[in-house]
Amino acid sequence: MKELSLHILDIIQNSIEAGASKIEINIEENLETDLFQIEVSDNGKGMAAEQIARILDPFYTTRKTRHIGLGLPLFLEACRRCEGDLKIRSKPGSGTTLQAVMRHSHIDRAPLGDMPSVLITILQSAKPLDWMYHHRVNGEEFRLDSSEIRRELEDVPLTHPKVRQWLMELLVEGESSLDLKNLPQRAKA
Amino acid sequence: MTKLKSLEELKKIREEAKKDLLARVQTGTRIIIGMGTCGIAAGAREVMQAVLNELDTRKIEAHVETVGCIGMCAKEPLVDIEQAGKARVRYAKITAEKVPRLIEEHLIRGQVVQEWAVSRIETQQI
Repeated sequence: MKELSLHILDIIQNSIEAGASKIEINIEENLETDLFQIEVSDNGKGMAAEQIARILDPFYTTRKTRHIGLGLPLFLEACRRCEGDLKIRSKPGSGTTLQAVMRHSHIDRAPLGDMPSVLITILQSAKPLDWMYHHRVNGEEFRLDSSEIRRELEDVPLTHPKVRQWLMELLVEGESSLDLKNLPQRAKA
Repeated sequence: MTKLKSLEELKKIREEAKKDLLARVQTGTRIIIGMGTCGIAAGAREVMQAVLNELDTRKIEAHVETVGCIGMCAKEPLVDIEQAGKARVRYAKITAEKVPRLIEEHLIRGQVVQEWAVSRIETQQI
């Protein structure tokens, strides 16, 4: 995948398949410790230990439409080649948490990419769900919860073109406030 | 943007959208985009953004949704268009650049873009 945000979009499709209605996305970039961490938690149906053990195997999938499942193995490889790792915690009935860690400065680390489009895409899913998005870069943070917006909207859907445009602008603005170019220079190694 | 200011804006948009909802006619058009690993890697996210933008620009009412992989991974990004009373048409290898022509020909002129279409699914089959 060209961007880490596409891996995030991809694994959230697994959460949607698992019947999740709420997804928490935490992205933490720390330039001092040189870490890039992505954590995604859902309230889906969860997995048993034996399923977790097989989930990183590309020849394992629960789907009937094809015989391979590449989403998680691709993400795992993206982490490993950047001196990182990917871990999954889950229990049947209590959701799943995925944690991906990479070395921030690694030359092979893909950029985070277009998170606003990913967050908008998730809301277009055929199965309605909400996300809680939290992105931190060196202590600066951007946080947004789609359920809060949904509540304010009353009976207007989040996918309404006017709402979508407003949300997109809000997300783009939030993300650009974390752009390293716009952040005040802090202690640099 | 301060949180308070954006909340004020949201309330304004909500009121505008409410009026809009009353005026809208349900067209029964659905656009379904494959968002499995294969679709995402092939550019389905960009295709979906292009579809949403094109519909907004042309003020076309359609329900856009994403689905998982349907098994035709080599032909991603896949876009299905379904209109009330008509067969669902599946288009393959759609890119953001192809979207304006797809919307124009299929939704506005009512003609299937034969060179991109891969299958036709009668509604009772779904």
